[in-house]
Parts: sequence; C-alpha cells; structure tokens
Amino acid sequence: MKENAITAYQLGLVNCHDCHLLVEIPHAHADLLCPRCGAHLHPRKPNSLARTWALVCAAIILYIPANVLPMTITTALGSKQADTIISGVIYFMQNGSWEIAMVIFIASVFVPFVKLCILIFLVLSVRFRSTWRPKDRTILYRLTELVGRWSMVDIYVVTILVALVKLGAIATIVAGPAAVYFASVVVITMFAAESFDPRLIWDVIEEDV
Amino acid sequence: MYRHHPNSIDRSLSLTLAALVLFLLSNSFPFLAMKSGGFIQETTLLTGIHELWKQELQGLAILVLLTCVLVPLAQMLGLLYILLPLKLGRRPALGAARVFRLVQEVAPWGMMEVFMVGILVALVKLGHMATIVPGTSVFSFGALIFAMAAAFSCLDPHLLWDRLDLRR
Repeated sequence: MKENAITAYQLGLVNCHDCHLLVEIPHAHADLLCPRCGAHLHPRKPNSLARTWALVCAAIILYIPANVLPMTITTALGSKQADTIISGVIYFMQNGSWEIAMVIFIASVFVPFVKLCILIFLVLSVRFRSTWRPKDRTILYRLTELVGRWSMVDIYVVTILVALVKLGAIATIVAGPAAVYFASVVVITMFAAESFDPRLIWDVIEEDV
Repeated sequence: MYRHHPNSIDRSLSLTLAALVLFLLSNSFPFLAMKSGGFIQETTLLTGIHELWKQELQGLAILVLLTCVLVPLAQMLGLLYILLPLKLGRRPALGAARVFRLVQEVAPWGMMEVFMVGILVALVKLGHMATIVPGTSVFSFGALIFAMAAAFSCLDPHLLWDRLDLRR
C-alpha cells in the first residue's frame, strides 16, 4: 500500500453501503441514515465478526443432518428408496451422466463446505490480526459471496421432482427432511457471507503501519 | 476513467418490459411435462411450490416462491417504477432512491438462473424413468434470465443515483 494513501474513514467520512455516497459523520455515533438512499450508515458493518461466527456455527450444525438424512424419498411400484445428496451423486456417476454428478457434487457438497472453511479462516485471520496476503483474502471473500447461491440447485431439483413425479401407485417422490436442513445451510451461509466486512482485513494492516 | 453507459435508461427500461412479459409467460405455462404409459403430468413453477406446501414443507415452499417468483418480480416492478418517470422526463417517483436501494439489496436472492440449472438436472434425472418434454416455459425462462441480466448490466448505477438524488 502507498504510504500517502488516506482512507475516507480517517477523514471522518463514511461510504454508504448501498449507493456509495460519501457522507461526513458527526462525532456522535447515533443512528445515521444516508441522505441520498436512506440506508443505515456505519463505518464498518456492526458486530461483523460475532454475527458471521454465530451464523457459521449454525450452518456447521445444520450441515450434518443435511448430508446424513435423505433428500428425496422415491416410492416406485411398492419399493421405497431414500436418497441422500451423496447417494444421488453416486447414482448419476453409475448411470454415466458424470457431468450432472459433478454439478450436484460441486453445488451441494463442495461449495457449502469450502464456503464454511473460507469464512472460518477469514474470521480467525481477522481475529488474530493476520497480515498475511490481504488481497488474496479479499478475493476469497468475494468468491464465497458470488458462489453461494448456486448451492440452491439441489433444492430446486427436489421441488421439480416433487411436483412432477406423482403417478400414484407407479411412482411418487416426496421431499425428505434433509431438504429443509440443506436449504437452511444455504440461506444461513449467504447471510454469514453478507455480514462479514472485508474491510476488517485491511484495518489490521493500516493500524500496524 | 469512467464514462456513463450510452442510452442506459432507455435500454434497461425496454429490457425490463421484455423481462416482465417473459415472466408472465414463464409462470403461466408448464415448464416440464412427464409422459409415462399414456399418463401426462405437467407442472408449472407455481404448482411445484404448491406441492411442497401440501407436503408440510411450508418453509421450503416460501423460499422457492421468494427466490424464483417474488424477488425477480419485485426487481422488475421496482426498476419500472424508477425508470418510467425518468424516461418521461418527470421528477423521480416518490421514494425512488429507496426503491433502487432495495432492488440492489435483494439481487442476490433472485435465483432464476440457479433454477434453470435445476430444471436441466431434473430433466436428466427423470430421463431414465419416463419421457420428459420441456414446455414453453423453459424457453421463456431462459430468455427471461438473459433479459434480466442485460437490463441490469445496461443500468448505470452512478448515473441513476445522480438522477435520483433529490437533495439538489
């Protein structure tokens, strides 16, 4: 970082999260609204680390039943079959459609897991005031923010299957309990990524200079 | 260096209108039909959500309804509300800045493109069991995703924030 670079915060300015208007903050840290778009103004997202940490913990707990319990329960000609996320992936691999197996594996298993790992890493690195490669850590954060929504694929597949396959005695598919847990993992990790403030990564470096 | 996009308001307004029409199409026609031994089962987006609701999965039903129907609809209506008065040369609509902020804030929760991938996966998954026929809605849905993405990329947030700023 250049030595003469000065941040808006040091000049007593706050950047609106939503419309990016620079606003001067008075000394009293009252509840401030952006004069242009009406968003709440704060120099950093409030309680960013605590919120992210709490949501990550909740997501980790829910991640277990999401993967262990069945996602769909198929009844075909009297025989019942419960499918978890992983058994669905294995089914596609055995049927030769490995592209679909890849899509589901990446969207439903890999992305949520990696996302949780990255968020834990980011929270810990800020907590322990790490100065390690701040730029790369910011990129990691942007990635988790962008990629999280794609995990919803499996939920939509279940919705479609449930709606389409109700042929009475021949074949029916109902959603299993994991669907709810899995959807909560996706939603909670999205909130967790949103509540983390990447500027905290850079605050540590500025304070140390 | 930064320059404003050309005709940004005209372009995103027309794309939003196109998206709205496609949205109505997508929600009124079935997107997949399944044929199995003379038996045809069709489904629209809304019947799928209704089916989840009937299976005591209200939370999931609401989530799918929000992410695939309500959020995209709100985004389109919000954009129309902001862009129409600007296009007609009037003053920005009441609370337009607030509406634009909300439109941007809900953006990550509109997941139509993810739903499209879901349709494709379901197509392959059920292909082993029965004959699956993609309906009108799949194509309008695909077009809708492109129209929405184009509307947002034509949009010039800096210009819009300047125009919506009522303090001057």
